[in-house]
Amino acid sequence: MAIATENLIADLQSTFGTALSNFEQPYGLLTFQTNKDSIIPVLKYLNENETYRFRFLTDVCAVHYPTTKELAVIYHVQSMENNFRLRIKVFIPESNPKIPTATVLYESANWQERETYDFYGVIFEGHPNLVRILNVDDMVAFPMRKEHPLEDPNRIDKNDTYFGR
Amino acid sequence: MAHIQLGNDSLEKETTTLNLGPTHPATHGVFQNVLEMDGERIVSAVSTIGYIHRAFEKIAEHRPYYQITPLTDRLNYCSSPINNFGWHLTVEKLLNIETPKRVDYMRIIIMELARISDHLICNGILGVDTGAFTGFLYLMQERENIYEIYEEICGARLTTNFGRVGGFERDFNDIAILKTKKFLATFPKIMKSFEELFNRNRIFIDRTVGVGAISAEKALNYGFTGPCLRATGIDYDVRTANPYSSYNEFDFEIPVGTNGDTYDRYMVRNEEIWQSLRLIEQALAKMEKEPKGIFHADVPAYYLPEKQDVYANMEALIYHFKIVMGEVDMPKGELYHAVEGGNGELGFYLISEGGRSPYRLHFRRPCFIIYQAFAEIAKGSLLSDAIVTMSSLNVIAGELDA
Repeated sequence: MAIATENLIADLQSTFGTALSNFEQPYGLLTFQTNKDSIIPVLKYLNENETYRFRFLTDVCAVHYPTTKELAVIYHVQSMENNFRLRIKVFIPESNPKIPTATVLYESANWQERETYDFYGVIFEGHPNLVRILNVDDMVAFPMRKEHPLEDPNRIDKNDTYFGR
Repeated sequence: MAHIQLGNDSLEKETTTLNLGPTHPATHGVFQNVLEMDGERIVSAVSTIGYIHRAFEKIAEHRPYYQITPLTDRLNYCSSPINNFGWHLTVEKLLNIETPKRVDYMRIIIMELARISDHLICNGILGVDTGAFTGFLYLMQERENIYEIYEEICGARLTTNFGRVGGFERDFNDIAILKTKKFLATFPKIMKSFEELFNRNRIFIDRTVGVGAISAEKALNYGFTGPCLRATGIDYDVRTANPYSSYNEFDFEIPVGTNGDTYDRYMVRNEEIWQSLRLIEQALAKMEKEPKGIFHADVPAYYLPEKQDVYANMEALIYHFKIVMGEVDMPKGELYHAVEGGNGELGFYLISEGGRSPYRLHFRRPCFIIYQAFAEIAKGSLLSDAIVTMSSLNVIAGELDA
C-alpha cells in the first residue's frame, strides 16, 4: 500500500496540530519540524500505525547552527513496506540541549544517539548508557560544534588563509 | 567491568574478564570487546569502538567537494568504489546533474566488482575463522584480479578515489575491458569450487548453522541493512527500493535467507556474488551499445577540463583553477542519498549552505549500526561462535569509526 504524501501530511496535522510545522519536500523527501515534547509521540504514532509502518530508524544525527544558538536533531525514518522516507527535525537551544531518547522505540538509536552526544553534546534523556563512543572518554569538548576549528589554531606551519580554510 | 557472580551449577564462583581486542587477529580490525566469561560461554559483552576514528565528518566541513572523495575511500575500504560513487551520486543529486547512460553502466560494472571483492573477503575470512584456509587463498587471487581492473582504470587498488563528480576521470581502456571479460570467464569456476568446499561441508555447517541468529523483527529494530538483514528474510535492497545509476534497467534477483544465522549470511553473500556477475555481464553489453568515448557528464563548472585545453583555452583554464582551488560555489540544499554498500545502506546526509564545502555531512555507516547488536547476539554463545558471528557481520573498522 502506498502512502500519498498529501494524505500523510493532512493526517499528521490533524493528529498533532500545531506541534508540527514547516512541511517541505527538498529533493522529494518529506521533511517537517516538531518540538522535543512531541518527537517521541510522533515517532511512536508513525511506528505503530498499521498503514504507515515506519518501523525502521535509518539515521539520527545533529547539526549545529551557531547564529541562532541552536542544535537540530535530525531523524530519518523509513517505511520499508511502503518504500517511503521521512525526515523529522527538532530544534533545541544550545544552552539546554535536552531531548527524550528514541531507544524506547528503536534499538538502533542507542549508538547513534551516543554518537550525536559525543560530537554535539545533545543529551538524550532516558538513554540507557549515554557516554562517549568514538572520542576518548576524558574529552571535554563536543568537537563537531562549529566553534571548534578543524586544526589547532596556534599552529603557524599551516597558514591557509589565502585559500579560505 | 565487574565480575558477575555465578550460581551453584557453574564450576566457577564468578565470571572471568576477557579482553577480546583491540588488536586481536580474530576481530579483523581495531575494536575491543570486554567479555565476561563463564568457562567458554559469554555471559555479557561490552563493545568499545573508536580506535581508528579520524573525524571525517569534521574534515568534510572544511574541504571542497572533490576532496571529500578520498575520505569516503576509507570508510569501507574493502569496497571503496561504492563509497566514492555514493558520494558522487549525492553531489550530482544536489547539482541536478544527469549522467549519460554509459557512465551509469560503467559505474555499475565497478560497483558490482567492488561488491564481489567485499563479499569475497567476508566469506573467505569466515572460512579461515572456521578453520579452513584453502578457500580464502582461492578467493584472494580473484580479489587480486579485481584490483588489477581498478588499477587499469584509476591507478589505485585499495583506496581508489574512483571517478569524479559527473563521471570518470578517464575512459575504460581496452586492457580494462579485456581484464573484466577475462574475470567474468574465469571467476565462476573458482567460485564454484569455493562453494563446493564450503556449502555442504560438515564442519562448516556445524560451525555456522544456528550460530549468531537474529530474528527479522530484531534485525529491523537494530537497523540492520544489507546481507545481514536479507539473511533474516527481508528483501530490502536500495538498488531495487530506490534505484540509482540506472539499476532499474537491469535484471537481477535479491537473495534472501530464512534464519538470519551465520550460514544464511554466508549463503546470501555467495548468491549476491552470482547476481553481481549477472549485472556486470548485462552492464558490459549495454555499455557497448552506447556511443563510445563518453565517460562524464557535460558540466564544465564542476568537472575538470582536459589538460591540453587548460593550456590552450581561456575558459578551461578558469574552470580548472576554480575547481582545483575549490572556489566553485555549490547551490544551497539538503538531501539524503543512499546506495547499497557491501554491508548495507550507505547513506550521505548533506546540508549545503552554498560555498565551497558542505555545511554538514553525515555518513550513515551500515557497520556502525549493525555492530551494536553484537553484544546481544554474542550473549550466551561460546567464544568461538562469537568470533564466527563477528566475522559474518563483516565489521569493517573503517566504516565503524568514520
